[in-house]
Amino acid sequence: MEPFTRHEGVTAALLRANIDTDTIIPSREMKRVSRHGLADGLFADWRYLDPANREPDPGFVLNTPAYRGASILLAGANFGCGSSREHAVWALREYGFRAVLAPSFGTIFARNCIANGVVPVVLEARVIEQLAGQVAPDPQHRRLAIDIETLCVTDPEGGRHPFALDAASRETLLSGLDPIDLTLRMGDEIERFEAQDRLTRPWAYLAD
Amino acid sequence: MGRTLFDKIWDAHVIADLGDGDTLLYIDRVFLHERTGSIALQGMAENRRAVRTPRHVFCTMDHIVDTFPGRGDDTLMPGGKAFITTTRKAALAAGIRLFDLGDPRQGIMHVVAPELGIALPGLTMVCPDSHSCTLGGVGTLAWGIGSTEAEHAMATGTLRLRKPASMRVNLRGEMGAGVTAKDLVLHLIAEHSTTGGAGHAIEFAGPVVDRLSVEARLTLCNMAVEFSAFTGLVAPDRATLDYLRGRTFAPTGALWEVAEHHWHSLASDADAVFDRELEIECSAVRPTVTWGTSPQHAVTTAGRVPDPGLEPDPGRQEAMRRALEYMALQPGTPMADIRIDAAFIGSCTNSRLDDLRAAAAVLDKRQVAPWVKAVCVPGSTQVKRAAESEGLDRAFTAAGFEWRESGCSMCLYAGGETFGPGQRVISSTNRNFEGRQGPGTRTHIASPATVAASACAGYIRAAGGA
Repeated sequence: MEPFTRHEGVTAALLRANIDTDTIIPSREMKRVSRHGLADGLFADWRYLDPANREPDPGFVLNTPAYRGASILLAGANFGCGSSREHAVWALREYGFRAVLAPSFGTIFARNCIANGVVPVVLEARVIEQLAGQVAPDPQHRRLAIDIETLCVTDPEGGRHPFALDAASRETLLSGLDPIDLTLRMGDEIERFEAQDRLTRPWAYLAD
Repeated sequence: MGRTLFDKIWDAHVIADLGDGDTLLYIDRVFLHERTGSIALQGMAENRRAVRTPRHVFCTMDHIVDTFPGRGDDTLMPGGKAFITTTRKAALAAGIRLFDLGDPRQGIMHVVAPELGIALPGLTMVCPDSHSCTLGGVGTLAWGIGSTEAEHAMATGTLRLRKPASMRVNLRGEMGAGVTAKDLVLHLIAEHSTTGGAGHAIEFAGPVVDRLSVEARLTLCNMAVEFSAFTGLVAPDRATLDYLRGRTFAPTGALWEVAEHHWHSLASDADAVFDRELEIECSAVRPTVTWGTSPQHAVTTAGRVPDPGLEPDPGRQEAMRRALEYMALQPGTPMADIRIDAAFIGSCTNSRLDDLRAAAAVLDKRQVAPWVKAVCVPGSTQVKRAAESEGLDRAFTAAGFEWRESGCSMCLYAGGETFGPGQRVISSTNRNFEGRQGPGTRTHIASPATVAASACAGYIRAAGGA
């Protein structure tokens, strides 16, 4: 995974609460057994007048020329709630998004973000609204920057907005290392745990 | 200080402290389905990673398979067959336990896991599916993950995790006539919003929970994710043990004795402290149904569509207006005046034998309204067969319901079957999101009894007419 240290980009806003993963990527857009080819289906029900023939809805923010190349998304509370489908993050990432800023996130979605190098930034609703107001006059030039080293969002006027991220998630983003490889190195500890656990919970271990 | 049920299960699975609040946690079981599990298995194969303990990994076909009688690998969903065949091939190659089409153990993962004794009290279990929290109903610490974390769990037998906060929801009082676990949990979410449980592992407790059947507890925990909780849990008790004894993958003989001893020790200590506690007075709960596009948009079946103008919070007010527009409803309309086009009984929330019995009892000697399309999809092949042996299938078909093979079916629209745009469905499922059951389809969530009563009336009704 590509390491994430700092990202500056065009920022679009969808300030609605409870945008669920069915909305981010409708089930019918998950057409193949693949993590790829999903960007086209991102927000399909909102982005297209008719999702079947892909005619863009000119009123949808991502179809507006001012937001071309958007890579940061401002959203309402509980973004990514609902289905666990990692396809929601794969679709956002493939479209070009590197960060989503919202007052809160669906738990599974936020974990899926970290696994794919997308930053789920939690900021208060009033800050999200302020940032949306700041970028709106000229989104292509009034950009936000997200720094994972300092855990800070910088607005177009130079204002700094610190955010929290647990140490493990921050490390995963900064290093780009695969957590599976890291855990596989702990094989001895896992085996020691299992040997002890078999004595106390023998019923938890199935026979072949 | 005493420990909670959640603390006890968590502590028993801690392999290592990873620093900064993170833990390497042992995972006892992984359960996959053909939509997200297929990708996880494929990822494992591409990265040349083996499943660490294949006999602890299970896989079923539920999300994409058709539910028409006589079904095969072909699906109404375009491209669906590839998910089924890819999953089958990958599952066989990985050596995990597969419940394929035609297998009597096939069904919706969260229905199959408890009925086969795969989910047991005190186990940790993960599935790349958000409704994994269902399994807390038998005291399993289970939660939904993405496909990447499913690979992590399969390859290492562990997950890296930060311990969530704890919450106890105390269900007090007496449940009124016609009130079910579904009504209780919809009421909870309506009262405390869809984010009310965010960041918390929730234990459902209190006298009402003690009296709920195991199947009803599964329904209660199923909706914990709609409350934004990490998961839901109910302490195992005599009813849990009676439910699990003799199930296919449950321990037997001396191992059962050891397990039972362990399970009895899991209940929260009397002096355990929770980070948060909520109380629900169940005597005040009535049969409940959703009017909008979020599970928190719920009122009683005897209530009215609310007026956004009375909502002080501007964000919530805007969401309510949008929901009313999508649902084509006017504020103040009595719920009982809302005419429905379709009725659906199924899903990991409400498709178990007790659910089908409750619905069949309402349908007895009645007919579905002539304008209503009604479908019943049993949660598993085992549930279907048990229901048929009791004659429940005849109760459904005589009333005008279709009787299907098991699967997730029209709980979600994967590109195949739908009730259609603009169609209004009363549904025993868990999500009333825009487009969840198909583009433009309007979903009202309720209990199976309410769905059955509404199907007969052609309008939203609780069983008994309220």
